[in-house]
Amino acid sequence: MTLLAVDNIAIQFGGVKAVDDLSFAVEKGQIFSIIGPNGAGKTTLFNMISGIYRPSRGRVTLEGTDVTGLPPHLLARRGLSRTFQNLQIFYRMTALENVMVGCHLQERRSVLAHLLALPSVKRQNAESRDRAHALLTRVGLSADAEKDAGNLSYGALKRLEIARALASDPKLLLLDEPAAGCNHVETEEIDALIQTIAQDGVTVALVEHDMKLVMKISHRILVLDYGRKLAEGSAQEVRQNPDVIRAYLGSQASVGAAHAGT
Amino acid sequence: MAQRLLNHRAFGLLVIALIIAVAPLFFPSTFYYRMGTAIFIAALAAVGLNVLMGLAGQVSLGHAGFYGIGAYAVAVGPATFDIAPWAAIFIGIALAAAVAYLVGRPILKLRGHYLAVATLGFGILVSMVLTNEGTWTGGPDGMGVKRLVLFGYVLKDRAAWYWASAAVLLVGAVVAVNLIESPTGRALRALHDSEVAAAVNGIDVARYKLVAFVISACYASLAGSLAALSDAFITPASAGFLKSIELVTMVVLGGMGSVIGSIIGAAFLESLPQLLARMQEIEHVLLGLIIMLVMIFMRDGLFPTLARRFRRAAP
Ligand SMILES: Nc1ncnc2c1ncn2[C@@H]1O[C@H](COP(=O)(O)OP(=O)(O)OP(=O)(O)O)[C@@H](O)[C@H]1O
Ligand SMILES: [Mg+2]
Repeated sequence: MTLLAVDNIAIQFGGVKAVDDLSFAVEKGQIFSIIGPNGAGKTTLFNMISGIYRPSRGRVTLEGTDVTGLPPHLLARRGLSRTFQNLQIFYRMTALENVMVGCHLQERRSVLAHLLALPSVKRQNAESRDRAHALLTRVGLSADAEKDAGNLSYGALKRLEIARALASDPKLLLLDEPAAGCNHVETEEIDALIQTIAQDGVTVALVEHDMKLVMKISHRILVLDYGRKLAEGSAQEVRQNPDVIRAYLGSQASVGAAHAGT
Repeated sequence: MAQRLLNHRAFGLLVIALIIAVAPLFFPSTFYYRMGTAIFIAALAAVGLNVLMGLAGQVSLGHAGFYGIGAYAVAVGPATFDIAPWAAIFIGIALAAAVAYLVGRPILKLRGHYLAVATLGFGILVSMVLTNEGTWTGGPDGMGVKRLVLFGYVLKDRAAWYWASAAVLLVGAVVAVNLIESPTGRALRALHDSEVAAAVNGIDVARYKLVAFVISACYASLAGSLAALSDAFITPASAGFLKSIELVTMVVLGGMGSVIGSIIGAAFLESLPQLLARMQEIEHVLLGLIIMLVMIFMRDGLFPTLARRFRRAAP
């Protein structure tokens, strides 16, 4: 069953067609990866799907409903969640509070009750705290729960964003380069984490430069180049696609990585 | 143990309550009751403005406008419409909330300097109306305010106002602390750091900015009402541009985001001129200099900086 459908989507900045007439569909339960050289339009695509940019053309459909141009907070209510390539952390809050913010949609939101600190709010806070603790444990950050997010390492912040994105119990999770800047061990951990997320029934759309990771865990791969679709298919198919090989030869990205998956 | 206590916002408020309760034992004259009242009322407005500035990260250079709405509600309401002063307080709050809602919707779309200038304009607008609407407000000369009567008791002497304004401040501070430690408080702090991440996590950024703006306007209005009632007199100047700047200074000086900081900032800024009064000509120069030095050497504000030093000193 199709969870996310993107039809003929396009956007341009000035004269640059960052994404041009792109269509694809993501099936429920899949790990769907999007790869392509720097500047191919991967992040821009995520920004359009998550409502941060409005596409100049085309349509985004989530669970059969047209959601094109909906603002991010309404898309979140429909089960969309994401992380950011350039971290977007709440630096003045603790790691735990960052994840508690992710619980926002699960929380009752009566401002009056909050001002009066009614018993229901105390219960609510305790629930969100437990939930956030569990998620931090899941991404391996339980020891850092009470630390200010500003004091965490880059690798830890990458995982913190995943924990926060999971807190809303999403149906579709967009991960923009979750392993970028992470060392070998951290990348392995993120690899395993993404797989368990998918096993729990969350559909994952993944942008990642680490080809080994992508080739290993993706059900389906979309290759972008200059905002257009170069190829789409299984890891095997993409790897053998002559256009892909040529594009990666032409760019500074390592052919070996794209080709052999090493 | 000391650390954990210090981290606890409720504990800080308890200490402040104790200081307020004990301070009168050392007052050489009733003048100090009056100064205390002025501090508590300013602190109340600062605690409210901190919700907007310290939590949500949105600036307002026009909060004296809401202060003025509250002040003139208790002045004009009883004088012209024969409304009981206590009821006029609530009418003022409702009016300030409604105005904040209407004004906030368009201007909170602005950011940074643009928002600052727009709120500045709002403050000036209110001040102009109060000055020029002479038939109701008495114009630039101001007007007398009827005394507040609570349960048949006329709130008049300085000590009574000291205790009453202290009680309102403490309730206001507790409510602000409640807010910080609630889902709404987390949403406000989140959008302060990253609007895009807040939105992606389901937070309706525009709505929450408006919530913060309305809440802070209610605090300012209540403070304005109390100021007018305790002084029994009000002028448009007391709700003018300078008042807005004072409130912003209190919040920043005390420490953005900290309820206790806002109270300390207000106490500092209200009492410093009194302490410097003997210096005559150089009073204002010194005041400005001290504010500058605090900001240079305690960038995070008085309370957060001092609390950190104390924490480091304590084992
Ligand atoms: N807000 C913007 N304003 C102007 N140009 C933009 C904007 N966002 C993206 N672009 C341009 O769109 C193109 C695609 O950028 P995008 O960030 O989507 O690439 P990417 O595939 O995510 O690259 P990377 O692998 O480096 O993250 C680039 O040419 C970029 O300069
Ligand atoms: Mg990118």
